[in-house]
Amino acid sequence: MRPFDYTRPDGPADAVALVADDPGAAYLAGGTNLVDHMKLGVASPTRLVDVRGLLGNRVEELPGGGLRIGASVPNSDLAAHPAVRRRYPVLSAALLAGASGQLRNAATTGGNLFQRTRCPYFQDTTTPCNKREPGTGCSALEGHGRDNAVLGASDHCVATHPSDMAVALAALGAEARVLGPGGERVVPIPGLHRLPGSEPERDTVLGHGDLITAVDLPHLPVAARSAYRKVRDRASYAFALVSVAAALDVVDGTVADVRIAFGGLAHVPWRAHRAEEALIGGPATEEAFREAARAELADARTGRDNAFKVPMAVNTLASTLRGLTAEEAR
Amino acid sequence: MDATITLRVDGEERRLTVDTRTTLLDALRDRLEATSPKKGCDHGQCGACTVLLDGRRILSCLALAVAHDGADVTTAAGLGSGDGAPGGELHPVARAFVDHDGFQCGYCTPGQVCSAVGMLREAEAGWPSHATADLDAPVSLDDEEIRERMSGNLCRCGAYTNIVAAIREAAR
Ligand SMILES: Cc1cc2nc3c(=O)[nH]c(=O)nc-3n(C[C@H](O)[C@H](O)[C@H](O)COP(=O)(O)OP(=O)(O)OC[C@H]3O[C@@H](n4cnc5c(N)ncnc54)[C@H](O)[C@@H]3O)c2cc1C
Ligand code: SF4
Ligand code: FES
Ligand code: FES
Repeated sequence: MRPFDYTRPDGPADAVALVADDPGAAYLAGGTNLVDHMKLGVASPTRLVDVRGLLGNRVEELPGGGLRIGASVPNSDLAAHPAVRRRYPVLSAALLAGASGQLRNAATTGGNLFQRTRCPYFQDTTTPCNKREPGTGCSALEGHGRDNAVLGASDHCVATHPSDMAVALAALGAEARVLGPGGERVVPIPGLHRLPGSEPERDTVLGHGDLITAVDLPHLPVAARSAYRKVRDRASYAFALVSVAAALDVVDGTVADVRIAFGGLAHVPWRAHRAEEALIGGPATEEAFREAARAELADARTGRDNAFKVPMAVNTLASTLRGLTAEEAR
Repeated sequence: MDATITLRVDGEERRLTVDTRTTLLDALRDRLEATSPKKGCDHGQCGACTVLLDGRRILSCLALAVAHDGADVTTAAGLGSGDGAPGGELHPVARAFVDHDGFQCGYCTPGQVCSAVGMLREAEAGWPSHATADLDAPVSLDDEEIRERMSGNLCRCGAYTNIVAAIREAAR
């Protein structure tokens, strides 16, 4: 591991100034992704700016009925928070479906959003990877391709975003509060992560030095009936092959409101606007759920190893919405 | 680059100077002779290095020592009384592992025991898990819950059946 300076600044503004002025600097939160990458040689910062003690570690009520989650709230505390469990169960469920009890205790809201892909080539410094070393090529195109994205990928990178939490936040339409060298701004979460295009080294739209201070959940009554479903190779402690975050409100057999996002399919948590539009105002039936899922995946491009993701995504969305409809009927 | 930090390890205040690259696991094992946390994978995948940090279970291989200056660390050896020395009392969870043969080679065991102690506190606090059907209902630790909550601790020897039995008893 490359030697580095460790700094614990006095406040968020000092942290931003330190990182913005130093191309070798990186924020450190729980360390569960960054320290691993430093050991692997995937990241080699020369300065770590520890922000865990500087950012909020509480979940607070917002005046309009939403919630503000401090960027340092651990994943485990967020999943267990009573207001989140009751009003946004999809978020609790997504967090609980990720990593392990020990990791969730250390991992933070901010760090979770910025965890990097689990593409095996990205983590192996002996192989070409455009995300790790721009211009070297993409080993996943011809190599092990089971994890590859089916939506929104490019010839430069076919990696998927690994976070479960981010999929729930995308479905909920959460907003990240960002402190940068030029002041504060708000970045909506479907929109925070970006498709790879010709710059796969950039995971998000943020710049160097931008710091997430909190994540806001909107007032969203439909979220009270929401669920997260994750399909993976093991029953626990594995990343998603495909996952679905969904919230559904059915009135007299008709879809009154619906929110859907997919994980495991793309370089971003994939908000399924097309499927949502297909469903709203229509019947809450199995056939409608499947048709909406197929519409969302109409542009899917699959390779040798990942074609299974398309039917898996259709089935997973249909079963998640079916489950929410049944819950509603009770 | 060096930094001087203080850690309270199994009840004893320890001051040491570490290279900033030192993980909490390496600080404990190589510098403070606290060798009950084990290095399995060194990448957050196995749970052998689990310790209680300020009372919560975490993976010491992914924690930088310098980031936890002033923290209280409890290792498996420090859970019982008498600091794990002969004649000391085992912690009830460790006792249950012995009673139920919850190990074979024992390499994963200190991590399993620390993880179980932390997990039981989480369940006590009413935290749900991926195995909890109703996120709002009180937690009841059946075998499925125990397996899910302990899924971050791997056992190469496959002693899982007895590990679950030990924790089931400790949970009562
Ligand atoms: C074995 C294993 C299994 C896992 N399984 C899953 C899983 O199934 N699902 C899942 O979703 N995740 C999984 N994870 C990943 C885990 O969720 C992440 O490692 C964790 O959420 C990262 O949070 P952290 O606070 O530790 O971030 P750190 O490692 O400290 O930081 C991660 C990145 O975020 C940046 N950063 C941190 N805070 C901020 C901020 N406030 N603003 C801007 N940038 C910031 C850092 O600079 C760094 O680049 C797994 C991890 C491991 C090791
Ligand atoms: S898919 Fe992306 S992360 Fe994986 S090898 Fe290709 S460029 Fe690298
Ligand atoms: S050694 Fe830390 S998880 Fe394996
Ligand atoms: S007892 Fe040998 S690894 Fe678990």
